[in-house]
Amino acid sequence: MSTVDGLTAPVDVADEVASASRRRLVRRRAGGGATRSALGRKARWAGWLFALPALVMYAVFELYPIITAVQYSFFDWDGVSVATPAGLKNYTRVFTEPQLLASIIHSFILIIFFTFLPVLLALVVASIVREIKSKALGATARTMMFLPQIIPGAASAIAWTWMYSPNGAVNQMLGAVGLASLQRAWLGDFTWALPAVGIIGTWLATGLCTLLLMAGIGKIDTSLYEAASLDGANRIQQFRAITLPGLRQEIGVCITITIIAALASFDVVFMSTQGGPGYSTQVPGVQVYQLAFTENRIGQSSALAVVLSIIVLAVILPIQRFFREK
Amino acid sequence: MLRSLRDTAPKTILLTAAALFSIFPLLSMFSAALQPQGTAPAGISFPTDPQWHNFVDAWNLANITTLVKSSSILVLGVVPIAMLISAMAAYAIAQLRIPFGNVFFLLLLLGLTLPYEIVVVPLYYQMQSLGLLNTQLGLILPLIGLNMPFAVFWMRTHFQSVPLEISESSWVDGAGPWKAFRHIQLPLAVPALASLGVLMFLSTWNQFLLAIVLIDDPSKRTMAGALQGFIGAHSTDVVLLNAGALLIMAPTILIFLVFQKYFIRAMLAGAVKG
Repeated sequence: MSTVDGLTAPVDVADEVASASRRRLVRRRAGGGATRSALGRKARWAGWLFALPALVMYAVFELYPIITAVQYSFFDWDGVSVATPAGLKNYTRVFTEPQLLASIIHSFILIIFFTFLPVLLALVVASIVREIKSKALGATARTMMFLPQIIPGAASAIAWTWMYSPNGAVNQMLGAVGLASLQRAWLGDFTWALPAVGIIGTWLATGLCTLLLMAGIGKIDTSLYEAASLDGANRIQQFRAITLPGLRQEIGVCITITIIAALASFDVVFMSTQGGPGYSTQVPGVQVYQLAFTENRIGQSSALAVVLSIIVLAVILPIQRFFREK
Repeated sequence: MLRSLRDTAPKTILLTAAALFSIFPLLSMFSAALQPQGTAPAGISFPTDPQWHNFVDAWNLANITTLVKSSSILVLGVVPIAMLISAMAAYAIAQLRIPFGNVFFLLLLLGLTLPYEIVVVPLYYQMQSLGLLNTQLGLILPLIGLNMPFAVFWMRTHFQSVPLEISESSWVDGAGPWKAFRHIQLPLAVPALASLGVLMFLSTWNQFLLAIVLIDDPSKRTMAGALQGFIGAHSTDVVLLNAGALLIMAPTILIFLVFQKYFIRAMLAGAVKG
């Protein structure tokens, strides 16, 4: 659950991808006799004392809120007065109220910028660079490419808000290359605000994906490339036959992390545009927050949050299954 | 020689470009932060007369001392406890083989991909009814709970790699599960715990959504959450805004630079392990 805060803790889903194969391995190692244990039945039950604190914290502060959210979603409630049953109305509104539907569509558009572009860029850089011979350059580049992951998403948004401002670096560079006609207040522009916010996500994810893919390429047996070039395979053929299949798992990790970041984005959008101008950059995360805390529509907010969670699961689970297969 | 240069030059250029792209927005902030206060800086420009005292002013204006303290309290409240109880639970599942341990684990996996958005509103009302709204405890408790899926998952992977024989021989020797956990298993788990600690430190320190919802007073929030209050108050002065935002990021960047090895290992671990 901790992935969602920008891209701050990417490993959880990464590991989840790897877990299937590991679980299979462990089961095999146990040889089927999983209960082979020196501990008696009673002692094994007593072991629950170890698990209890974690179970309690998880149940009280995650499971219970999730159930409550589902419950809220079937009521009209302003947070103060008595709630009235709303049936499925909050859910139908998610798909009929233009602003709510738009937020969901935007989150899918963000996948282009949060996922597609970073993975593509990372593939290009990683497959060309493959390995860095110079230790100093490699270490420095690695440090720099990690930085977007280290700083809070909210702070990244501030950095980019300044880059995109009328006096900012983006317009300055456009002017310098003779494209002054394209200069604008990027985040205030109904057409360009969403792609501009998306580019922030591209920036957040590209470094991490590049490093992940480079780590993956490092594990591919170099003799495969040597054999391929002896056979006369060119660079593109080598890329398709060796690099791409060899990176299957790492690509799966990048895609999983970044799609969750796109669908459930909050920090970056909240701090850069608040969903505006109009609702041209509205995303479900920010919408959930605004419905609950500025519009006092708790039921509607919860219905959107439930729909968002279902969308995340529905998108992520098949992707994980696909990338797990050998 | 020429051949190797022709081979390495494009690699070096590409890598340098990717690295520069990653820090460019920060450089742009830095150049703005050094301009004279009250001016309207334009794009990236090297300041002719860098105003270093802007950082001192922003430090006081953004209350950085208070923020570092409050973020540290949150991290100290969340990370050690979450590390301990997740390690205990993972030990129980993987080594003690508690009955229905796998059911518990599947339940935890459910929480792994769900976004925070679904819990934030209920948590607000839950904390309100517990009287913990606007207190740091009211943020610490949910963060411990929300960290459980990943933390138990991570530690379970470790405990599965420890041969059962180690536990069994200690049980035969008459040491109870608790003694075996404390004296044998925990020391073995230090590397896994260290990586987990690094990741949970980052996600707690940078936590934004829960911080702004559960705590009204920016000075009690995480550093990231405090940014929102700071922006609201000083959005007109671009120079101070950038200086303050840089200061707010500085602690994580510093800690990252010092413990870089652990961060990079922890963050790439998911892929490397597979």
